[in-house]
Amino acid sequence: MSGADVPAIAVRGLRKNYGEVEAVRGIDVEVRQGEVFGFLGPNGAGKTTTIGMLCTLVRPTGGSAAVAGHDVVRERHEVRRNIGLVFQDPTLDGYLSAEQNLRFHAELYGVPKATVPGRIREVMEMVALWDRRDAKVLTFSGGMKRRLEIARGLLHSPRVLFLDEPTVGLDPQTRAAIWGYIDRLRRAEDITIFMTTHYMEEAEYCDRIAIIDHGEIVVVGSPEALKAGVGEDRVQIHTADDDAAIAALHERFGLPATVREGAVTFAVASGEEFVPALFARLGVPIRAVSVSRPSLDDVFMKYTGSTIRDAEAESATANWARMMARR
Amino acid sequence: MASGVTAPGVAGVRVPGRGVRHDLRAVKIVLHRELLRFANDRTRLVSTLFQPVLWLFVIGTGLGGLVARGPAQGVDFRTFIYPGVIAMTVITTAMFSAGSIVWDREFGFLREMLVAPVSRASIVLGKCLGGGLVATVQGCVILAMAGLVHVPYSPGLLLTLLGEMFLAAFTITAFGVSLAARMKTMQSFFGVMQMAIMPMIFLSGAVFPLAGLPGWLGALTKVNPLTYVVDPMRHAVFTHLAVSPAAARTLNPGVHWFGHRVPIGLELGIVALMGVALLGVAIAQFRRSD
Repeated sequence: MSGADVPAIAVRGLRKNYGEVEAVRGIDVEVRQGEVFGFLGPNGAGKTTTIGMLCTLVRPTGGSAAVAGHDVVRERHEVRRNIGLVFQDPTLDGYLSAEQNLRFHAELYGVPKATVPGRIREVMEMVALWDRRDAKVLTFSGGMKRRLEIARGLLHSPRVLFLDEPTVGLDPQTRAAIWGYIDRLRRAEDITIFMTTHYMEEAEYCDRIAIIDHGEIVVVGSPEALKAGVGEDRVQIHTADDDAAIAALHERFGLPATVREGAVTFAVASGEEFVPALFARLGVPIRAVSVSRPSLDDVFMKYTGSTIRDAEAESATANWARMMARR
Repeated sequence: MASGVTAPGVAGVRVPGRGVRHDLRAVKIVLHRELLRFANDRTRLVSTLFQPVLWLFVIGTGLGGLVARGPAQGVDFRTFIYPGVIAMTVITTAMFSAGSIVWDREFGFLREMLVAPVSRASIVLGKCLGGGLVATVQGCVILAMAGLVHVPYSPGLLLTLLGEMFLAAFTITAFGVSLAARMKTMQSFFGVMQMAIMPMIFLSGAVFPLAGLPGWLGALTKVNPLTYVVDPMRHAVFTHLAVSPAAARTLNPGVHWFGHRVPIGLELGIVALMGVALLGVAIAQFRRSD
């Protein structure tokens, strides 16, 4: 059942309508076992709805999805056994201690009694909260709560861990720390991670990302491949004689170059591999060279037509709306 | 299905398949959480006791002077309302416990429970048993005050009341949970709760005897489920008192259907049946709400 050939997540034509609104309009995606897969998109694009369907919390309108080899509609119970969840909004009981929250989870998921104390200690140590195990959760900071939720999501050794915006609303240091845990986790445990984010720099941690916009996946690929698809690397060189360098680039490599920011600048498919050839064949002494890749910002912009800043502003509004809707 | 985990130190765990044992563990931990929450919350313990004590000692003493002149001569009014106050305590505490489901929804914890690989039934059952137990413990505080209102501490009486309290508490919690299943805010829950509970308590015979009421009022008390919660408790208390038959007739008339007194066993059966039915309703509500 858990052979390496079974994808961790297999989604075909998955759709979800809320009345007239088509939140998710038929997406197809396959996540391999052991992958860190990112779902990237502006708010309202259908990320959270998709996670909801994969976690059996939202019933799909059409299409099918299987998680850890189990259908999310027909085998909900099986799916639930095999997934861990970290929601965007906290789902902890503030009046219980950190350890009591985990114990509750262990009982609810039927973790074998003998392994409960050891497993609780292990996951709490992983997120550096073991010292605070007896403190009530309401005394925790936002970052500590998120770490505790990640620990809880891992407690029952899920095959797939879902993280919905795991670092949203946290300060940069805490975000870095959480990424540290996720990175250790993927190396230590045999687990697939499916996450949503709208922080571009975080999408870089993923093995592959899917960009979703208006309920559809517009592109899937590794961050590297997506960036390569957007455009070429930018190479800047400082030389002894810029005019000669520009002429040489044109003659020997067929590359148009201009002087920008005081350096000879041109674009080339894979900049790093081009550098040795450049030194060997340019014929003009080079004092310094820099190669910069197109960023995921460029990818995002290309496929969704909006900048990250806009998406984040939108997300703040959407978060507020979600909060109000829950009242 | 192997859950292979290769973390250093501790081996990965295997989450078992669906089974009665797993569901029982879920019931137990949901119940356990109710008790933990109750033990941690001293304010709630005190605040839910405040009203019953007010009824028993302030209103009970105040009205006592008036009542003593009627046919119930020789019986302290506080003794009369004592079983009613026990019922009131149990009912409010149980409703509070049920209301915490709305709180759990507001603060997200409900989602942690609903996404777990356990049946909704076991979560709702755990909640109702927990709420029932907490309300019974709260009722014990009133039970301890028996001596202050001339009710004897007889083991038989205490045990009977204990059982009746738990039965009532379970049923009320189930009622509250089925009500709370659809509620989004604590305010609306407590609004509805006030609207439903206050009249039901007034019409249950908790604070005045059900004998000799005008027809319309008598009819309302007979369809009020809480009447069948209060009457057995009052019956239990009065069988342990030494009062004149006239006073007993006035103060503990029992519930009559078509001129026949409804047996205590049937009354308890009605409460139990309602409890099971409401539990079913609550479970159905949570099954529907995905």
